[in-house]
Amino acid sequence: MSAVVIAQDVIKQQLPARRRLPAFRHLATLLGALIVGAALLVAIFAPYLTPHDPFAQDLNLRLIPPVWMDGSQPTHLLGTDQIGRDYLSRLIYGARISMLIGVLTVITSGVIGITLGVIGGFYGGRTDDVVMFLITCRLSIPLILVALTVVALVGSSLAVVILTLGLLLWDRFAVVARTTTMQVRNLDYIAAAQAAGASRLHILVREVLPNIANHLVVVATLEMALAILLEAALSFLGLGVPPPLPSWGLMIAEAKEYMFFSPWVIMTPGVVLFVLVLGINLLGDGLRDLLGADLRR
Amino acid sequence: MRPLVPDPVLSVANLRVSFGQTEAVRGMSLAVARGETHCMVGESGCGKSVSALSVMNLLPRGINRTADHIRFQGQDLLGMSERQMARLRGDKIAMIFQEPMTSLNPAYTIGSQMSEVFERHRRAARSQAMDRAAELLARVGITAPGMRLGQYPHQLSGGLRQRVMIAMALMCDPELLIADEPTTALDVTVQAQILRLLQKLQQELGLALLLITHDLGVVARMAQRLSVMYAGEVVETGTVAEVFAAPTHPYTRGLLDCIPVPGKTQTGEPLGNIPGVVPRIPPGFVGCGFRDRCTLATPECAESVPLRDAGGDHCYLCRLPPDWKRATAA
Repeated sequence: MSAVVIAQDVIKQQLPARRRLPAFRHLATLLGALIVGAALLVAIFAPYLTPHDPFAQDLNLRLIPPVWMDGSQPTHLLGTDQIGRDYLSRLIYGARISMLIGVLTVITSGVIGITLGVIGGFYGGRTDDVVMFLITCRLSIPLILVALTVVALVGSSLAVVILTLGLLLWDRFAVVARTTTMQVRNLDYIAAAQAAGASRLHILVREVLPNIANHLVVVATLEMALAILLEAALSFLGLGVPPPLPSWGLMIAEAKEYMFFSPWVIMTPGVVLFVLVLGINLLGDGLRDLLGADLRR
Repeated sequence: MRPLVPDPVLSVANLRVSFGQTEAVRGMSLAVARGETHCMVGESGCGKSVSALSVMNLLPRGINRTADHIRFQGQDLLGMSERQMARLRGDKIAMIFQEPMTSLNPAYTIGSQMSEVFERHRRAARSQAMDRAAELLARVGITAPGMRLGQYPHQLSGGLRQRVMIAMALMCDPELLIADEPTTALDVTVQAQILRLLQKLQQELGLALLLITHDLGVVARMAQRLSVMYAGEVVETGTVAEVFAAPTHPYTRGLLDCIPVPGKTQTGEPLGNIPGVVPRIPPGFVGCGFRDRCTLATPECAESVPLRDAGGDHCYLCRLPPDWKRATAA
């Protein structure tokens, strides 16, 4: 009897929390989607949104503070940088570079990682050993170090950064694709498809892939956030996107000498970078929950 | 065993399947004629499903399959390339699996999965394939087939899914349908419906149906011919009438004793059982695979076992004479 009462109490205590959690999650996902969507739109329509040319210098208007501070100018909403370029315009073009790097890196690494992972997970045996070996090799490569070396050797350009990151960030795709494929491989519908005369390629692409896609979408968001952060880090170190391209990482690097007297020059790109990465991660978390629920049906 | 079926759609001779230190199938032979239902009966682990998968050449890698021949409509499947086999699968030979809940891909609609088979083998357009799918859904007794085509597997009950699987198997007018325990995962009333449906379709379409089951009740109602499998061997085969009238192999008798018979089995009276489990057969095993569980086993059973004729198509694999039941009773 008392056990029942206690159980009821526990249920009563837990219920409101349980109800609140999905709503909060929902909100966070929505927020993430909004941030990512906004960044995408800004990146795509950058030329129409920028009030100034992001490359135009004006040495008379150096380090103007943003509008909410003293000494600001209404034409430069977020002020100007150390050589008088409009900061808002540079941030908007920076979104372009970040999103480009994020998306293209995810596509490159996704193609490599998913192909390897699905093949290894599906065929097993020797094939899987080879895939596992490749994954282990990749994991033992220090990412930043190799990226730095490559960029130092080949020279820095946007394409080099994208390729380097794309060729290095596939491990998580491969690991997740491999394990999820192993789970799906033994399900009856794969056997049924074989019994219906489907080819190997058909089974991998049409039967396995759609059923592991939800996991891969989550990995894609994580990798995208990671790629954007890595690009910023490389650019900060002076080995990423070459100046005068307005990468956020580069903007932070260029601003660090002025941070004591004009802290906004380093804070603005920092905040934007933080918000975008946060948005992507929130979206990824939300997608995992949403698609996970989809699987449970 | 010698197949006595004239002009069979499928004939398998001396099939052997082994993996590692286990002989899963040891010299299995059977033949299925057009318009006939052939049941393979036996406990779990007797090699029924493995035999069926061997015919389709769908065994996992690392498993050895040998046979004198596996002939389908006169063609030997043994020498076929994977590509040729893939062309037959789902077209001339179709298969239905045990678990309707997991046999459909959750990522696609029913219609898309059904029409895919047809498009692949018939090079047909999607609209044509969809028409065919709707027609077959109606045929397997699904109301509102047009609506079902657009639904996903999770929106369907187990019985409906198995009907969809059957319809899907029939998309390309197969000659041979292999059904691997198609009703085991369903509840009893649905089981009866599905069996009735399979029987009806088999008769209407003149299919050769190879039905795998462990339920002798299903055999009695569906099959013309049966093969009782034990430990990778066909221990008794014949027409259903012959075998049910005079079950001769001790294993077959044991299986039949496990079934309650209305009017004969008394309330409270224990049902028969066969103690023990199906043994794992190592390579080089000689003698009767059933001897460890057989109440009539003698030292002789460890030697090679003769194939005995019990009249008609009925034969069995045991040292006992066909009339041993009467002999022991007397």
